[in-house]
Amino acid sequence: MLNKNATKITAEEGKQEFFIEREFEAPRELVFRAFNEPEFLLQWLGPKDMEMKIDKYDNQSGGSYRFVHSLCNGGGEFGFNGVIHEVASPERIIRTFEFEGLPERGHVSLEFLTLIELPDNRTRLHIQSVFKSVEDRDGLLQSGMEGGMNEGFRKLDEIFANSIVNN
Amino acid sequence: MRRDVFQAIADPTRRAILTLIALQAMTPNALAEHFDTSRQAVSKHIKILTECQLVNQEQNGREIYYHFNPQKMKEVADWLAPFQKMWEERFDRLDNILENLKAKENAK
Repeated sequence: MLNKNATKITAEEGKQEFFIEREFEAPRELVFRAFNEPEFLLQWLGPKDMEMKIDKYDNQSGGSYRFVHSLCNGGGEFGFNGVIHEVASPERIIRTFEFEGLPERGHVSLEFLTLIELPDNRTRLHIQSVFKSVEDRDGLLQSGMEGGMNEGFRKLDEIFANSIVNN
Repeated sequence: MRRDVFQAIADPTRRAILTLIALQAMTPNALAEHFDTSRQAVSKHIKILTECQLVNQEQNGREIYYHFNPQKMKEVADWLAPFQKMWEERFDRLDNILENLKAKENAK
């Protein structure tokens, strides 16, 4: 692997938004393709331990999308959908996002994805997500626990494995 | 019996339950709808999560609502760390895809 680019997440206390920033060692057109073409999205967007399906992906201004993540153990399905406000290739995607698992509708957020060209064929990704309330934002940030938790488990597994070897 | 945060999140269904109620407090029925397993199985997981203090139950009129207790989760990690980790893993996969795409472009 090349020198790894850091992922910067900013979520100020009490605000209705968060930001994600990351740089990539690839020209903007390629990064945009990886965000815009279903074939590539399937390869990177789905969380670990979950299978990702694309139900609909009409990725153009005025289009809409729907993704479904399924637990690999058959434990459940989680749908997400939204409408696409603007696709301005290769620099910007603006769309809404709603998680279908909630008992009531209307907890929608607005996402701005921006790709900025950097020298040496590099690209900076900037994501801004704006929520209806601080509670909605904090809930979504906590719901991302899936990935991190599993990472924690692998570390625990290693610790357990080592202690068995040592004893 | 072990009743701590690590026991709570050791099971994928329990992690899924926490993911759901982190987004919004839920009644037992609303929660059970997300799972193919029986309501009893879901209740059993909720019982464990309650004993681990990750879930609080609140009576609201006739309904019980399950709430996520983020304070307890802070024992495992800084509250943003799991979200950060999830995106880092996604972006690492994206890096690999971009490397392949670049190689293909150069081969043209």
